[in-house]
Amino acid sequence: MSANLAALLYLVSGVLFILALRGLSSPASSRQGNIFGMVGMAIAMITTLTLAPPASLSGWLLVLLGLVIGGGAGAVVARRIPMTAMPQLVAFFHSLVGLAAVLVAAGALYAPQAFGIGVPGAIHGASLVEMSLGVAIGAITFTGSVIAFLKLNGNMGGKPILLPQRHVINAGLAILLVVLIALFVKTESIGLFWLIALVSFVLGGLIIIPIGGADMPVVVSMLNSYSGWAAAGIGFTLGNLALIITGALVGSSGAILSYIMCKGMNRSFISVILGGFGGETAAAAGGTKETRPVKQGSADDAAFMMKNASKVIIVPGYGMAVAQAQHALREMADNLKKEGVEVKYAIHPVAGRMPGHMNVLLAEANVPYDEVFELEDINSEFAQADVAFVIGANDVTNPAAKTDLASPIYGMPILDVEKAKTVLFIKRGMGSGYAGVENELFFKDNTLMLFGDAKKMVEEINKAMAH
Amino acid sequence: MATESADILVQRAQDAARVARAAAEAAQAYADQVATAAGAAAHAASGGALDPFVFRLAVFVLAIFVGYYVVWSVTPALHTPLMSVTNAISSVIVVGALLSIGVSAVGAVDNGPTWARFFGFIALILASVNIFGGFLVTQRMLGMYKKKG
Repeated sequence: MSANLAALLYLVSGVLFILALRGLSSPASSRQGNIFGMVGMAIAMITTLTLAPPASLSGWLLVLLGLVIGGGAGAVVARRIPMTAMPQLVAFFHSLVGLAAVLVAAGALYAPQAFGIGVPGAIHGASLVEMSLGVAIGAITFTGSVIAFLKLNGNMGGKPILLPQRHVINAGLAILLVVLIALFVKTESIGLFWLIALVSFVLGGLIIIPIGGADMPVVVSMLNSYSGWAAAGIGFTLGNLALIITGALVGSSGAILSYIMCKGMNRSFISVILGGFGGETAAAAGGTKETRPVKQGSADDAAFMMKNASKVIIVPGYGMAVAQAQHALREMADNLKKEGVEVKYAIHPVAGRMPGHMNVLLAEANVPYDEVFELEDINSEFAQADVAFVIGANDVTNPAAKTDLASPIYGMPILDVEKAKTVLFIKRGMGSGYAGVENELFFKDNTLMLFGDAKKMVEEINKAMAH
Repeated sequence: MATESADILVQRAQDAARVARAAAEAAQAYADQVATAAGAAAHAASGGALDPFVFRLAVFVLAIFVGYYVVWSVTPALHTPLMSVTNAISSVIVVGALLSIGVSAVGAVDNGPTWARFFGFIALILASVNIFGGFLVTQRMLGMYKKKG
């Protein structure tokens, strides 16, 4: 196969990847898009194996073995993973891309002749720059994603961990990294290469450690973006169009998602990355104990109110995911629909731990996607709703975001649940949300608090509706 | 005594030769770079063939714009599948792993190719987990999105 034909085929797979993302503009076309992605990947791999087949039989065996081991493990994980664990799975996948980028860069350094970028000891200068960028971003992606995985998976506390002088340490490491890259490009020293990898590994961990649980949607999107830029760096080293196009797509996709998430919280990207949100304010709020009374209701009250309503809007949040309440919730919605009640779901952009987290869980519970609405599409409807049913969400419904200039969440777009005739609020206890802010909504006259585990409470409501 | 000093002389000569060779190699590498850069500049000046880097950069920049518009048109309901599918496609880095495994060890002066094959093999495993896992989990998720009725 000629190099030109190969380049064209790589271009084809790049275009197929664009179509894969394009398909996601609607659920109807998305499955076909995913198929395009798979075909694109197959073309890229077959092209590589035809253009530069492994030099020996043992090489072919290694390729087969790697595909079987990795592919088998991936297929098993994809089949078994529960939908509530998607955020940590995505973080885990990001870490793999990062580490693969580091290893491919290492392979290119140890045997540049295989990549057509020179011979050992005399790799082209431009390739060295691209290679070191690829390895640095890849390594940061790897450790950053591992930390994000541990936090999302609950192996590590969700609270931000604040090291003293962390900004100074991070800035120092970043400068060191630039110096190391410059030296590496000059000397092509293998020792320096691994030093770059090491410093980047440390930096990646330190960047993510101070960021708390509810900021994870931004972190996951950001790491998604990084994994793309790392792939693009390696793509430049290899001169591979498929890799360059994909890196650019993934990089901009992650960047856009980070932007959407930041906008959903009305926080700047920089402030999220600098981390530590919530820690100080929570401590400050702890001083004044809240003593105002709240109205508390039972499952029977909730069942009665909703059965007699004409329109109910359900607002799910991270608490629903933790309690795995989505199936019980859908059952409740079915019961209501049987009574002739109109049911809709309202999703805040940052609900859950990753972009689109709530939508996937509701889809898993067989909630039709045309009953699920985004904030801007449904916010005006709360005024006509009889009941707003908040399950496991808190900060995203807090009216203080609109009225209280001093509130840390001031300016964040919120779901206007307080405009509904009645607000039913399922919550474990009276604790404040992630932002450490008291929710004014709890003390309003039209709010009824339902204390308990989200899943158990919904199941009790279902029972109460049955008779 | 005489043989000893002769030995030392030979030793020194060899050392000098080694240094000279290293210097020559470095000079060669440097000259290569300069030649490449000069060649690129000459091409650019004469309106001749493009440096491949410029071509790749053009593709990269255009792809960022394509990505920008395509991703904004993705419905927010599908943001989680978007992340898992971007994950899967960024594993096209597997082509680098395949090249690294396929390197020939024939005529190698050191064990660089052996290491390259090792790194490539591990990278291939990681990327395959991602390719198969990413596409299949995306397919599974997308299969759950249904319309009313």
